[in-house]
Amino acid sequence: MKKVKKRKRSYMRTREDVIFDTSNIIFMILLCVVMLYPFLNQIAISLNSATDSVKGGIYLWPREFTWHNYQHVFDKASVLQAILISVLRTVIGTGFGLLCTAMVAYAIAQEKFVFKKTVTIIFIMTMYFNGGLIPTFLLMRDLELIGTFWVYIMPTLISAFNLIIMRSFIEGLPRSIFEQAEIDGAGDFRKFFQIVLPLSLPVIATVALFLAVFQWNQWFDVFLYNSSNEHLTTLQYELMKILSNSATSSGDANSAFANSGGGSAAVVTPKSIQATMTIVASLPIICVYPFLQKYFVKGMTLGAVK
Amino acid sequence: MQTQTPINTPTSPKQTKGIKPFLKKCKEQRALLWMTVPFVIWVFIFKYLPVWGWTMAFQDYKPARAFTEQEWVGFKHFLFLFTDDRFLGVLRNTLAQSVINMVLGFVTAIGMAVLINELTNIKFKRVVQTISYLPHFLSWVVAAALVSSVLSIDGIINEVLMGLNIIDEEILWLGIGEYFWGILGAAETWKNVGWNAIIYLAAISMIDQEQYEAAKIDGASRIQRIIHITIPGMKSVIIVLLIMNIGYILESGFEPQYLLGNGQNVQYSENIDVFVIKYGIAMFNFSLATAAGMFKTVISFIFLVAANSLSKKMGQGGLY
Repeated sequence: MKKVKKRKRSYMRTREDVIFDTSNIIFMILLCVVMLYPFLNQIAISLNSATDSVKGGIYLWPREFTWHNYQHVFDKASVLQAILISVLRTVIGTGFGLLCTAMVAYAIAQEKFVFKKTVTIIFIMTMYFNGGLIPTFLLMRDLELIGTFWVYIMPTLISAFNLIIMRSFIEGLPRSIFEQAEIDGAGDFRKFFQIVLPLSLPVIATVALFLAVFQWNQWFDVFLYNSSNEHLTTLQYELMKILSNSATSSGDANSAFANSGGGSAAVVTPKSIQATMTIVASLPIICVYPFLQKYFVKGMTLGAVK
Repeated sequence: MQTQTPINTPTSPKQTKGIKPFLKKCKEQRALLWMTVPFVIWVFIFKYLPVWGWTMAFQDYKPARAFTEQEWVGFKHFLFLFTDDRFLGVLRNTLAQSVINMVLGFVTAIGMAVLINELTNIKFKRVVQTISYLPHFLSWVVAAALVSSVLSIDGIINEVLMGLNIIDEEILWLGIGEYFWGILGAAETWKNVGWNAIIYLAAISMIDQEQYEAAKIDGASRIQRIIHITIPGMKSVIIVLLIMNIGYILESGFEPQYLLGNGQNVQYSENIDVFVIKYGIAMFNFSLATAAGMFKTVISFIFLVAANSLSKKMGQGGLY
């Protein structure tokens, strides 16, 4: 694959260019507004006094600024537990997932490996079919994973997509880097840990982001396996519960919640709680992904080209 | 992209055959075997073993009974599904949602890539791209919360449309079934357009810049250059992705449908996956839910294999 260097555009801008560029820029700005507005609006609502938000008219800036919604959310034991579990599953799931994916990717990237093809096909086949919801549920029950933390980690240890991205990257490493190690008699484990892992940082960053985002954003497995185990709840699942509550009782929910805080200044509403939880559940990812942009763009391209 | 040139050294033609050299090789490569065998076992347990559960679709499965004690009923559940008006509606929803999502997804992602490519200010380009990725990283729970707040009675959509006098009174968007497919398509597009444009932008960056220069000298306008150089330059990527996506025609996802679906729009929001969740998890009708899930997977599998071989035949390279 050849990469062509972009030439500097040094040409006369015609009238057509000016019109095109201007409308393009305006369109892109509008697009950015559409992308960002729903999110910024929720930030404004989460920072606005709940009783005031009910009146409507909050757009990008809070009218009556308060931290109260956040205080209320962080005061709840269930939310703190959910944060703990969300963080734990993200850290552990990403760590284990990375190590396992990288190890298999290293092995199937070795030209000499006798089962290179077999193992590759066994994993890639999983992209084409799955047993489906009920059989998987029953398997988790039979493995006695339901009601445990490991039901979040074990079933999603290796994804075929991440495996392909990693394999493509490792295959692209120059052979020459292994030569010295092979002369020194280094085994595959040493080559893997001491040479391949340090050189694969770009692809590791990509896959780590994918895994972390996946783990952090999961709610369905909590719903499916641990909906009755409150100590294993996650942030996304807590938000999902709030969402389904407000969907079923949108009419009189405002009044139902109004007294829970006690005192007029301490009132919260489902609307403000939902906004606050939305921000809490998405802020960590929002803060991380822009810095990994160049890695995941590369990783996506690599995975798709393969 | 510059360093990745896959090594395609053909395996040596004179491979020694027989079991002994093979075992010797295995012994030499035991480190590699240690690296893979545990995960091959893992993949068999967690990904292949559940397929065995498809037998449930042909039984009247009772959780308390052992496998040998289950009552076999043949194709009863499948027959029920295909004569059930509700399931036929579910099937219609699945297909309609996928087709709408696919068409919208393709057109918007390609358009987005073309327009981003035309931006001349590098910094602005970076900012636009970064912002356009944002919704992709949000969970569907968060996205559903955002979508339902934007579409609520006092949400921004109603306010803007009222302000522009397009509508006379607020619309309860998620309460009207007929709007659901469109809302779903818009939400999917909002969430993924920036992300999906990545691959097309990569394809555009492969186009030889000489072509643009030559076209400019020939007096081609900006639009003409897009139509005659940029779009054809993406052709092979478009074809591969189109074929692969056709393979996923029954996989319209379940998260947005489940989270945005409600009693009022169920006629339009319920697709096969949501049907499986409702019958299987909420009503404990394991056999019927498995039959529906199995039907989806088998059809998808056939589509995917066909799509993949079609892609290979057209010389575009397959997924494997």
